[in-house]
Amino acid sequence: MGKLTTQLQFPDPDAAYVTLVEARRGLSLEAASELDTKLVLILANHIGDLDVLKEAITLAKSAE
Amino acid sequence: MRTALYNFAYRRSPDQDAHTPVRHPVVVLGAGPVGLATAIDLGQRGLPVVLLDDADRIGEGSRGICWSKRMLEICDRLGVGEKLVAQGVTWKLGKVYSGDELVFSFDLLPEEGHKMPAFINLQQYYLEKAMCDRVDEIDTIDLRWKNKLTGIEPHNDHVRLTIDTPEGPYTMEAGWLIAADGARSTTRDLLGLKFSGVTFEDKFLIADIKMAADFPTERRFWFDPSFHAGQSALMHRQPDDVWRIDLQLGPEADVVEEQKPERVTERLKRMLGDIPFTIEWISIYRFNCRRLDRFVHGRVVFVGDAAHQVSPFGARGANSGIQDAENLAWKLAAVLKGEAGPSLLESYERERIQAADENIAHSTRSTDFIAPHSPAERQLRNAVLELAPKVDFARRMINSGRLSVATIYDTPLSTPDESAFGGSAKLGGPLPDAPVRTRDGKVSHLLENVEGEFTLLYVKNGAAPQVPEGVKLTCIGEDLADVDGLVMERLDATPGAAYLLRPDQHLCARWRHTDAGKIAAARNRAMGRG
Repeated sequence: MGKLTTQLQFPDPDAAYVTLVEARRGLSLEAASELDTKLVLILANHIGDLDVLKEAITLAKSAE
Repeated sequence: MRTALYNFAYRRSPDQDAHTPVRHPVVVLGAGPVGLATAIDLGQRGLPVVLLDDADRIGEGSRGICWSKRMLEICDRLGVGEKLVAQGVTWKLGKVYSGDELVFSFDLLPEEGHKMPAFINLQQYYLEKAMCDRVDEIDTIDLRWKNKLTGIEPHNDHVRLTIDTPEGPYTMEAGWLIAADGARSTTRDLLGLKFSGVTFEDKFLIADIKMAADFPTERRFWFDPSFHAGQSALMHRQPDDVWRIDLQLGPEADVVEEQKPERVTERLKRMLGDIPFTIEWISIYRFNCRRLDRFVHGRVVFVGDAAHQVSPFGARGANSGIQDAENLAWKLAAVLKGEAGPSLLESYERERIQAADENIAHSTRSTDFIAPHSPAERQLRNAVLELAPKVDFARRMINSGRLSVATIYDTPLSTPDESAFGGSAKLGGPLPDAPVRTRDGKVSHLLENVEGEFTLLYVKNGAAPQVPEGVKLTCIGEDLADVDGLVMERLDATPGAAYLLRPDQHLCARWRHTDAGKIAAARNRAMGRG
């Protein structure tokens, strides 16, 4: 295991999920995808750690 | 298909021959679980209650099946809890599948030493039958079948009701009308009250089937299984070899077509393979999460689905309705006996709106997860499911229904703590159960010994404090022995500590050390006189 945290960090996971769902409510798939892309950039910069980012990409690509 | 299990006879009431309308202190409308619980609780408190229902039978369809620990504790106080547990299927394991793969399981095993299990499954008609039998034992309850409300005229200190019967209409008056007449409440319609919230477009097929199968006694939930591609499915065991199957059909489903037995059979065969089964009950639902803005409207008080409605994922419907009933009953009894002013009922509204909002929030989130509103929302949901086998955080976000737990009331009836307390007991919440032994050496549970009246639990340390009239003193270490030390642990108790419980077993004040003045003040406050 590397530096990526995969344990739940939100005290209320349902509130976190609903926040993400509400962000895309009413959006088309394309518009949601644009939103996601911006979110990825914002959150990647917030994390600011290239190793974590690479691990996250590997995890996301493996889960299909 | 099943027909009615139990039939009841319409009987003419003397009220129908009265020259002027008869006035009753309390009329409860609707003999479902919530109306029955309200009537029994009021009846046990010695109050005369007229209970009306527009039908004369129960048992067409299992309807609610999942009963929570707190609901069972309340039913125990109402005299039916042990019967329900004996009749029901006790379960505690839940499994969630994505596709055909198990991704998450949970164990609801509660703390040791509680009288009631976390959940039982039992057809609603058995609950209603047990409650009707209990009603028969209480002389002050006048249960009238085939009495249908057709008109309400609100006045300052009563409401006038027009009731239709097989022998024609009559009028009567109610000092208080408790509307327990369900999601399609006639009372709500007659008063023109708004019932606002969210309607989910997805339709769900609910089928109860009878089959001899050796599936485990678990709640099993599938997202996108191969036997029902693209939709969710739920399977849950009930007594009598009856199983609840719940299949998501999507927003476009044809309600008439999908209810045809041959169509349902075809869907179930895909799920069950060659196991023979018969269909007991079929229903198609679209879910609503909504509530009234206020539960108390002059002399009309709404309880249960008439006041608030949720989706069934989480077992928050009838379970919360019965908690409405218990919250209201002791307060209304205190008002009718002149021990409290009508303002005490404002706390019913406040506390149960808090509970309704919690239930609606949980239910909405579960339904959002189970039935995404759009392809974009489905994409996010599916991403969680795909990540779930690999990472913890995604498993914890899977939401197939967060199961009902009691609300911790944030209420002016509670006296704020003056010292810190740990333990699982929460100010405003129901007292946690624990094993005890009574004075006569009987093995028992704490909650069975806190029955329907204000009770001060005092942990022995010299002489007990004086309690005001209307408060029962129960001494831990004298009246009840804390056999496993769990009372002390769960209440974070120390010698001399005292806990004031409301008649609904909710904790409303606690102290490390107390005196008669503090206890009286806390009790006044809990009666809305603070």
